[in-house]
Amino acid sequence: MNKESGNYIKKLALFRSFFISLLAIILALFISIFFVMWAKDFGFTASAKLLFTSIWKGSFGTKVNFIETLVFSTPLIFTGLAHSVAFKTGLFNIGVEGQFIMGSTVATLIGLIPGIPAPIHIPLTLGGGILAGMVWAGIPGYLKARVGTNEVVNTIMMNFIAMHLTNYLVMGPFHKPSSASTPLIQQSARLYRFLGSNNRLNVSLFIGLALAIVVYILLWKTTIGYEIRAVGLSPSSAEYGGINIKKNIILAMVISGAIAGMGGATHTMGVQLQSIQLFGFTNFGFDGIAVALVAKSNPIGVIFSAILFGALNYSSGTLMLYGIPKTIVYLIQGIIILFIAGEYMFRKIADRRKKGALVNE
Amino acid sequence: MNSSFYIALTGIIAATLRSATPLIFAALGGVFSEKSGVVNIALEGIMTTGAFFAVYGSYATGSPWMGILFAIISGAVMAAIHAYLSINLNADQVVSGVGINVFAGALTSYLIVKIFKTNSQTSVVNSLPYPSEAMAKVPIIGPILGELNWFVFIALILVFVSNYVLYKTPLGLRIRSVGEHPKAADTLGISVYKIRYLCVILSGVLAALGGATLSIGVMNLYRENMVSGRGFIALAAMIFGNWKPINSMWACMLFAFADTFQLFAKGFGWTIPGEFYAAFPYILTMLVLAGFVGKTQAPAADGVPYEKDNR
Amino acid sequence: MANVVEMKGITKVFPGTVANDNVDFTLEKGEIHVLLGENGAGKTTLMNVLYGLYQPEAGEIYINDKKVEIKSPKDAISLGIGMVHQHFMLIHNFTIAENMVLGQEPKKGALSIDMEKAKKDTKELADKYGFNIDPDSVIDDITVGQQQKVEILKALYRGAEILILDEPTAVLTPQEIQDFGIILKNLVKEGKSIILITHKLKEVMSMSDRVTIIRRGKYIDTVKTKDTDIDGLAEMMVGRKVNLIVEKNKPKIGDVILKVENLKALDHRGLPALRGINFELKAGEILGIAGVDGNGQTELIETIVGLRKATEGKVYLKGEDITGKTTREITDAGVGHIPEDRQKRGLVLKYSLLENSILGIHHRAPYSKGIMMNYGKIREHVNNLIKNFDIRTPNEDVNASALSGGNQQKLIVAREIEKDPDMIIAAQPTRGLDVGAIEYIHKRLVAERDNGRAVLLVSLELDEVMALSDRIAVIYDGEIVDILDVKDATEQKLGILMAGGTLHKGEKGGKNNE
Repeated sequence: MNKESGNYIKKLALFRSFFISLLAIILALFISIFFVMWAKDFGFTASAKLLFTSIWKGSFGTKVNFIETLVFSTPLIFTGLAHSVAFKTGLFNIGVEGQFIMGSTVATLIGLIPGIPAPIHIPLTLGGGILAGMVWAGIPGYLKARVGTNEVVNTIMMNFIAMHLTNYLVMGPFHKPSSASTPLIQQSARLYRFLGSNNRLNVSLFIGLALAIVVYILLWKTTIGYEIRAVGLSPSSAEYGGINIKKNIILAMVISGAIAGMGGATHTMGVQLQSIQLFGFTNFGFDGIAVALVAKSNPIGVIFSAILFGALNYSSGTLMLYGIPKTIVYLIQGIIILFIAGEYMFRKIADRRKKGALVNE
Repeated sequence: MNSSFYIALTGIIAATLRSATPLIFAALGGVFSEKSGVVNIALEGIMTTGAFFAVYGSYATGSPWMGILFAIISGAVMAAIHAYLSINLNADQVVSGVGINVFAGALTSYLIVKIFKTNSQTSVVNSLPYPSEAMAKVPIIGPILGELNWFVFIALILVFVSNYVLYKTPLGLRIRSVGEHPKAADTLGISVYKIRYLCVILSGVLAALGGATLSIGVMNLYRENMVSGRGFIALAAMIFGNWKPINSMWACMLFAFADTFQLFAKGFGWTIPGEFYAAFPYILTMLVLAGFVGKTQAPAADGVPYEKDNR
Repeated sequence: MANVVEMKGITKVFPGTVANDNVDFTLEKGEIHVLLGENGAGKTTLMNVLYGLYQPEAGEIYINDKKVEIKSPKDAISLGIGMVHQHFMLIHNFTIAENMVLGQEPKKGALSIDMEKAKKDTKELADKYGFNIDPDSVIDDITVGQQQKVEILKALYRGAEILILDEPTAVLTPQEIQDFGIILKNLVKEGKSIILITHKLKEVMSMSDRVTIIRRGKYIDTVKTKDTDIDGLAEMMVGRKVNLIVEKNKPKIGDVILKVENLKALDHRGLPALRGINFELKAGEILGIAGVDGNGQTELIETIVGLRKATEGKVYLKGEDITGKTTREITDAGVGHIPEDRQKRGLVLKYSLLENSILGIHHRAPYSKGIMMNYGKIREHVNNLIKNFDIRTPNEDVNASALSGGNQQKLIVAREIEKDPDMIIAAQPTRGLDVGAIEYIHKRLVAERDNGRAVLLVSLELDEVMALSDRIAVIYDGEIVDILDVKDATEQKLGILMAGGTLHKGEKGGKNNE
């Protein structure tokens, strides 16, 4: 009954997971140096130096960039958390992108309503965004639970539908003339920009951080989390244990959608202040996949992972100034995901070692 | 027969066939991959690189046929990455597929800048020549044939070839056995790894051809976001088609029709916002899946990594 | 006599365990040689090495006195080795003919399969050995006994002269086991040499010429069957004197706890699995359900505990109708369930022992209040289980996957008993366990029965059912065909019932089906 060795084993496993994530990031950065070399016709060390200094400058190097990096990272906290909850349940909610968009759009619509005092308007707008995300995720979730349709394909479809629906609303009934957007939302629906209104950083950052803690508690300290994780790890055992799989799938999707919707709503209420015609996806939702994978779906890890990817993505502007194509940051992201896919192999070997520990008892 | 109705009808049929072709290629790719037991979400990304490299090949050599070759090679390489991760490293196949999609999208954007020095669209290249006037002279179906391209014919032929291979040849029997019960196939001396590699790389080649159809079959350049979800619609068609080549082809036609629906509606003077037409294929996909998935059956070992030394 | 197979010094290591440790094995031509050992001793591993599924770390193999390298099943097949595995290697939605020729398909022209020839060859081979099968049947639709015949034919089709059969009698009735013995003798007459892997001592005595005993991966001895007996084999297998009889007192029967009335249900393919089950279970007794795998046992348990919907009929627990209730409601009503698949059902392998200890009761006080879990109390609980049931583990935080099969099962048994249920359902409670764990669990089940609980035992091991039960019910084709008092039950009678026959008064015995 050795409690210390139990904690030690757990800490070791945790450390090993994050180490592998770190390894994936380092390897991806290493490979991307070659792409920089190709783009700029530089040597290896010159390219490496250029890449890392411009990433640093572009993200944390100056005060302005540091603030904007945090602005960029905030939605990633939400989408990373949304993906994490889904992953823990054994689901792949690629639809976070669409749920984010719907949260953002509905928040705009409610935010445009004049004559509501801020103490009511803000929760109303936020609530609307959350509800939109819940519905947008609940539909594929329901279909998966009741009918068995693959949530990957369905949520991808919902993403496209969200984009087109938003465009219809933005360019149609809620259009601001001679622009490709809606009017700005009312002052009463905006989130407080605590560094002055010229900096886009706002309280949604703190909402995100608080949410990460809430999700952590939800997953690891509540019966809801116990059941969700059991369904993700072994649905047949969960069913045996009286856990309602269908209910938990829908619940997990709805929670995931709510978080994504909250992300979209806070982004609109604090940063964008309106909805704009979409020519492609915002990518906040898709980037959340890499955020969650690198953080191993751990809510606290998501915070750091979100800042990492926020920094990377924001620095792409600076990279462009130095003649490095900004798509490098997505190359890095793609390679990271591929390396993390491959790392499951290490996890399997580690598990086999543990399994064999007491076999011939 | 009312002549303008006839013209509209042939126009719609031709448009549907053209639109279905990239889906058919990708769906066939999905069928082979999943029949052998490997889930391939990366069809979207492979279509993207296929579309790009078809254009690049035509640009670099002046010959659209080389473009097709470049596309095929790019598809095989991207699929090989997915194959290595999924088969050798027992990766989560969905994560691997998503990784390829992100990587493929980023890679093509990078290459557009690097090679064509523009930001989102390549220059115009030579596309595949097609004898439209000669075709149009064919009796009865001439008007339809005149508006097609070679890719359409290749795709339809491949559907029937695939069906034959899967259900009438030893290779097909072995592919299906590996997708249902890889351990059983292994005990009979069939190499699960080899069969899965073959099928995944084949799926990459097919998906890349689907991408090439979009770029040099229909147009003559590559534009960002050209693929726009077709790889995923192809997956839905494969599911709707119960993982069978011919049924998947019909499913692709249905989804393609959703895409060309605008022509139909405009012909009747319906005014519905453009965004609805854009969203219609995706809505239809969901409805179809919801209605039919319960009646289909995926290969039993689909998506489950095979571990040889498994106790 | 010539040695057709000689394995020298075979060592096979998996992460964390040495499955075969320098093992020798020989097979003479025309003999039936049993490889005997407890569950987990390494018998299947050794044969998987012979069949090319595993590569050994050390050792040599000789076939007909020639040294060979068997790198894959393909090599084994070409050397004339065929293997019938414990879990059948058949493609469920292919026909028998397709399964038969897979990997060696007869060709028509350059490209296509000659299915007509495949079907013809299959039928001819089947008739030669007196197997009654239809080459066009799909595997999903044939019985387990027929599937086994297909597996044997598959090996013979590929020209096997050396046949390895892994636990072949697990799926057969006692009479079918006798028929199986005759099939083996016929194969030997044809010149085949046979290796049987089993842990069933009775069959070893009746079917084999020689026995090789493996214990914990090590070679122990090879004896001639006629020179030994069941107790001798058991002692060599386990390494100490084994008491094969379960000691129990007379039961103290109480009230009816479970009443099943005309229960009907469908299986996962929508076909009838239960066709009207009727029986009662009282407190203080063990009712054993005997039957061949696939006659509705799994569906019966699932329906009782709420994992499957009944289409007709009723289930009463302590007089209350629990038909159609959820698993959680039924657990809360006083049912403990030791499931037949401990890894797929009984445990979440990637959860720790701590988290597994409350699976099914995590929603109750004191383990949770509202939605907040109380891990302090849960920790106390799991430590109690570990102590009281002698579960070997470094601590409660390791994953359940780190435990041996025996300790995993003990954890499940502990958890279910500690729920203090009125009824315990034990499905295959000792499957895949070593003798020590088996003895422990048997003792525990009898102890709980003496504590006044009602125990429903479902097992494919007839010996276990006969040793533990006070009454024995036989399930056949979704119905309880008869219920016997244990003192009236003989293996022969049960065998007849398990095959669908009936017992007339005066012990005439009915005719076997098939």
